[in-house]
Amino acid sequence: MSHPMLEVRGVHKHFGTQEVLHGIDLTAETGSVTVVLGPSGSGKSTLLRCVNHLEKVDSGQVRVDGELIGYRQSGDRLHELSERHILRQRAGIGFVFQNFNLFPHLTALENIAEAPIAALRRSPSEAHGYARELLDRVGLADKASAYPRQLSGGQQQRVAIARALALDPKLVLFDEPTSALDPELVGEVLDVMRGLARTGTTMVVVTHEIGFAREAADTVVFLDAGRVVEQGPPAQVLDAPRHDRTRAFLSKVLT
Amino acid sequence: MTLLSSSRPRTADRAPQVVAARHPWRWVATAVVLVLLAQLAHGLVTNPGWDWPTFAGYFFEKSVLNALLVTLELTVAGAVLGFLGGIVLAAMRLSPNPVLHAVSWTYTWVFRSVPLIVQLLFWANLGYLYDTLQFGVPFGPGFAEVETLHLVSSFGAALLGLALHEAAYAGEIVRAGIISVDQGQREAAAALGIPRGRQFRRILLPQAMRAILPAAANELVNLLKGTSVVYVLAIGELFYQVQVVYGRSGRVVPLLMVATVWYVVLTAVLSILQYYVERRFARGALRTLPPTPWQRLRAAVTK
Repeated sequence: MSHPMLEVRGVHKHFGTQEVLHGIDLTAETGSVTVVLGPSGSGKSTLLRCVNHLEKVDSGQVRVDGELIGYRQSGDRLHELSERHILRQRAGIGFVFQNFNLFPHLTALENIAEAPIAALRRSPSEAHGYARELLDRVGLADKASAYPRQLSGGQQQRVAIARALALDPKLVLFDEPTSALDPELVGEVLDVMRGLARTGTTMVVVTHEIGFAREAADTVVFLDAGRVVEQGPPAQVLDAPRHDRTRAFLSKVLT
Repeated sequence: MTLLSSSRPRTADRAPQVVAARHPWRWVATAVVLVLLAQLAHGLVTNPGWDWPTFAGYFFEKSVLNALLVTLELTVAGAVLGFLGGIVLAAMRLSPNPVLHAVSWTYTWVFRSVPLIVQLLFWANLGYLYDTLQFGVPFGPGFAEVETLHLVSSFGAALLGLALHEAAYAGEIVRAGIISVDQGQREAAAALGIPRGRQFRRILLPQAMRAILPAAANELVNLLKGTSVVYVLAIGELFYQVQVVYGRSGRVVPLLMVATVWYVVLTAVLSILQYYVERRFARGALRTLPPTPWQRLRAAVTK
């Protein structure tokens, strides 16, 4: 039976009394690029963090490659998995943070090799070899021994992308990867992401970069106030939006 | 005037010369400090009350060196046990389990409240409260029984007191270090599927060490001097030993100086060690590390 790479069904999430996600449904096919747009506070980041169980859902299900994330189903109950099991599931899902979150006391190479050594029990020499290959792929082969603080924001984010790829994830999640960057550094990160999209990596990207969505996305999802307002191919959602809220949002970001 | 104007270009033709501001009061302050230092040195040398020959005679004396060893043993064992306890206390305090959290908080509160000297006397008198200690099922049958006096020697009581006291402070120091690390670091480690123990050892702790080290070194120096308090239990550490000697000979000041100089020397060693350990943990935190004093000296000599 074939199944989508990512399947989100009826996900609800609240913080305190505030409900952030009101029943989200979302699917992403293998090899596809999904761009999630929406005003700030619409729940985009929370949705992404629910996918790899950095946040626990209140109800609903998240499946990656058919596997239920964070829970084990028996009958009509969902039992939360042990932390060890959840960590193993996360190793199959790459995550790129808005603020990079590189480990400042480790070099670029050590940042990338850390997870393969720790989570997949690769030998250090094997992990370092692969890390060098990934650094080359993001155009930073000469920065292997640099510490994160010695790199520009754009370079740091490219290292962070290489780090997320080091576990050969089935799915890579990007949480506003260019929002913390100076305008002139955004391009180099988007270039790396376009390259990934072309090589068939399944990606879900939360971003405000409409240009990237238009070019690279297979599906654009517009989120507002914790609900999916509309979704479809970029030509439809970006150029002929059906909902007033989508139109209002786009008119603000496109000016 | 004509000679001047011909030999020097006119002011309008050249850039004005920069003259640094003068600081006459700096010279005054320097002079005052130097005079005071000279007076101090003069007093140390000429005042017979310091009795330097006696000082020299006892500084490397065997009983003093043995006592110094006891002081070092108490410091090292107290620091190791104290910081192990501190790590456990910090982990409990940061745990979501409310019971562990409350126990850790209460421990810190109690052991920071009781003066070390009072606590030491309590431990030394444990035998008065409990004749025997029993190991076994809580509230149930016991497997082994020991007489308290045998289990807790006066050295044991001193070490116990120091370690428990130290753990309360070390716990707060370790906790300060851990909460100083950005939350994003733990999230990134979790998102990469790095196992919990390794997240702590490899990601959190090395970064927390930046905040832990200066405070921990401070605490270690405190502990080193704090060992002098255990003289109340008649343990032959440095301070107790010099008291014994001057009790016999009556030469109070030179023997207090013997203890003082040893404490200063040990603190100096600790401070140098602290410098290099901190430097090691600064990797990645600074773009480039400043040269060590030794490297600066070598650079100045070879230039």
